[in-house]
Amino acid sequence: MGARDRKTMNRSIVQLKGISKNYGTLEAIKEIDLDIFEGEFFSIIGPSGCGKTTLLRVLAGFEIPDSGSLYIENINMQNVPPNKRSINMVFQSYALFPHMNVLDNVAFGLKVDGVARDEQARRVKSMLSLVKLSGLENRLPQQLSGGQLQRVALARALIKKPQVLLLDEPLSALDAKLRNEMRQELIRLQKNLGITFILITHDQQEALSMADRIAVMNEGTIQQVASPSDLYEFPSNKFVADFIGSINFIGCQLSEIDGDVFKVITRISKDAFTVEGNNSLRIGQDCWLGIRPEKINFEDADVVNSHHNKLSGVVKNITYFGQASMYHVEVTGEKTATINVMENHSQRSRHTTNKVGDSVVLCWSIESSSLFTS
Amino acid sequence: MFLLVPIVIISIFSFSAKQGLVDISASWVLDNYIRAFDPVYLSVFFKSMGIAGLTTSICFLIGFPLAIGIASAPKSWKPILLMIVVLPFWVNLLIRTYALIAVFRTRGFFNFSLEWVANLLGIPFEPLILLYNDAAVILGLVYIHLPFMILPLYAGFEGFNKSLLEAASDLGARQFKIMTAVVLPIMAPSIISGCILVFIPALGSFLTPELLGGPSSQMIANVIERQFLAANDWPFGSALSMTLIYLTFGALALRYFWLRRRYFGSKENRP
Repeated sequence: MGARDRKTMNRSIVQLKGISKNYGTLEAIKEIDLDIFEGEFFSIIGPSGCGKTTLLRVLAGFEIPDSGSLYIENINMQNVPPNKRSINMVFQSYALFPHMNVLDNVAFGLKVDGVARDEQARRVKSMLSLVKLSGLENRLPQQLSGGQLQRVALARALIKKPQVLLLDEPLSALDAKLRNEMRQELIRLQKNLGITFILITHDQQEALSMADRIAVMNEGTIQQVASPSDLYEFPSNKFVADFIGSINFIGCQLSEIDGDVFKVITRISKDAFTVEGNNSLRIGQDCWLGIRPEKINFEDADVVNSHHNKLSGVVKNITYFGQASMYHVEVTGEKTATINVMENHSQRSRHTTNKVGDSVVLCWSIESSSLFTS
Repeated sequence: MFLLVPIVIISIFSFSAKQGLVDISASWVLDNYIRAFDPVYLSVFFKSMGIAGLTTSICFLIGFPLAIGIASAPKSWKPILLMIVVLPFWVNLLIRTYALIAVFRTRGFFNFSLEWVANLLGIPFEPLILLYNDAAVILGLVYIHLPFMILPLYAGFEGFNKSLLEAASDLGARQFKIMTAVVLPIMAPSIISGCILVFIPALGSFLTPELLGGPSSQMIANVIERQFLAANDWPFGSALSMTLIYLTFGALALRYFWLRRRYFGSKENRP
């Protein structure tokens, strides 16, 4: 994931300063500050109702924020209506004009701008070949497949050469295979055109695999803005850790601080763990130790590693995925908790390493877990 | 069956000749149709179409914004607003027309209100003559047929994908362009349905011109009625009726071909 090179980008193209928007008593977004850089593939992700769609609509100009200001290319957008912004949008349902064929749909933005006819024809032709739709000019939207509709919507938005392209859950209506194809397609388009893409999605795989940077939103606020790998490996709070990927949370109490290394006691088994620190915690405070399933190993008698934290339990259930298996390990102490462990099948085998009912010892290194405040 | 039999009888009558007071012989002549295209009757046809056309236009101009209004009203308001639109159907057409007379006659409620305002302002008041002219007929027809325009338009707007408006705006279109390039073409089937639902009954309306119209504001249905009753000329009345039916079918056929061309044909190449 996120194996793409991060470009050196630092010029802000979109700036949000303290943007808030309420619908009646509901605060959709609260005091959002955000800088989006020129030429980056930015993604805004969050559960439904987190305010990401409202944020997108504020950017497009369909919603006027109650407070705060929005700058695009350092120009305040306060009194700029949607049709005057150098931002175009790919709508979730595509919103293609049903009475126009592909050609007229794509040319719409140029027509209303009064671009000369031969220029229109030229640009539409090159745009259609860019999104691989050449030959379908005279089809109506109802005669196109989901993937083709998606491409028309992209072409229609991109033909105006916007500085920023907004994508509202663009892949949610496609089936899994097509979605994968379109992901690659979007990355290719974004790299070729160098336009800033802002992708709204609730699908973390989509965001992780496509974006240069991701903003995670929850309840109207931005929780963290980071690159996909930073977000996954170094989530800044429990919500982000839980929302991106899967993770085990073990309730703990902080017992000792030794420089960067913290010692915590689990509430279930009273085992002690050493963890990389979290500066917002004080000794005696309750906290959560977060550890991702693939970072936990089963202790092997042959490999001895004193740095590893250990926890013993019983395998209750195994879910087989093909490339990996997820073990559900029950840890019993004062209370019972289930820890998920992901084992990659790097070798061919007819059986998983452990079976249901086996007693196992789980271990992980200091660096692979994080501490979160409750 | 109940529709077809009378039409067959009427169409046979229309090719027949009158013999004596009650006898009609099916003689397969075109005399009645030739007479139907006499300038006197032709002018009544044109006038009827003019009145129906004007009624349709006014219904559209009033109904279009109302339909948008109802479709974009809060959910809890919609049933109430729709109820107000269809409420007049609960009252008999004759009674509604008499109610209009009560409102607009020389000593009716409308003139009373004007008089009251005039007295308040100290202006001398002369009652307005509002009834028994073409304007009264059109007013009556608009009043009666407005729901037939609003309901299909409302249904159209209900199914209208609002994000198309945002998409058009996002692509740089202003309000006027959004209306002409997106809303009207997409709404065209609803608009045509509404117009036909108003135009056809308005064209054949009998009661409204009879009660609200003056001597010169007769429509074709009044003439037909007179041929059957007062003039006792059934063959000619039938010929006029058939001509009216052909006109109506013509309007429906136009709509059919237009829709077919739009949704199934259109393989034309545009640059």
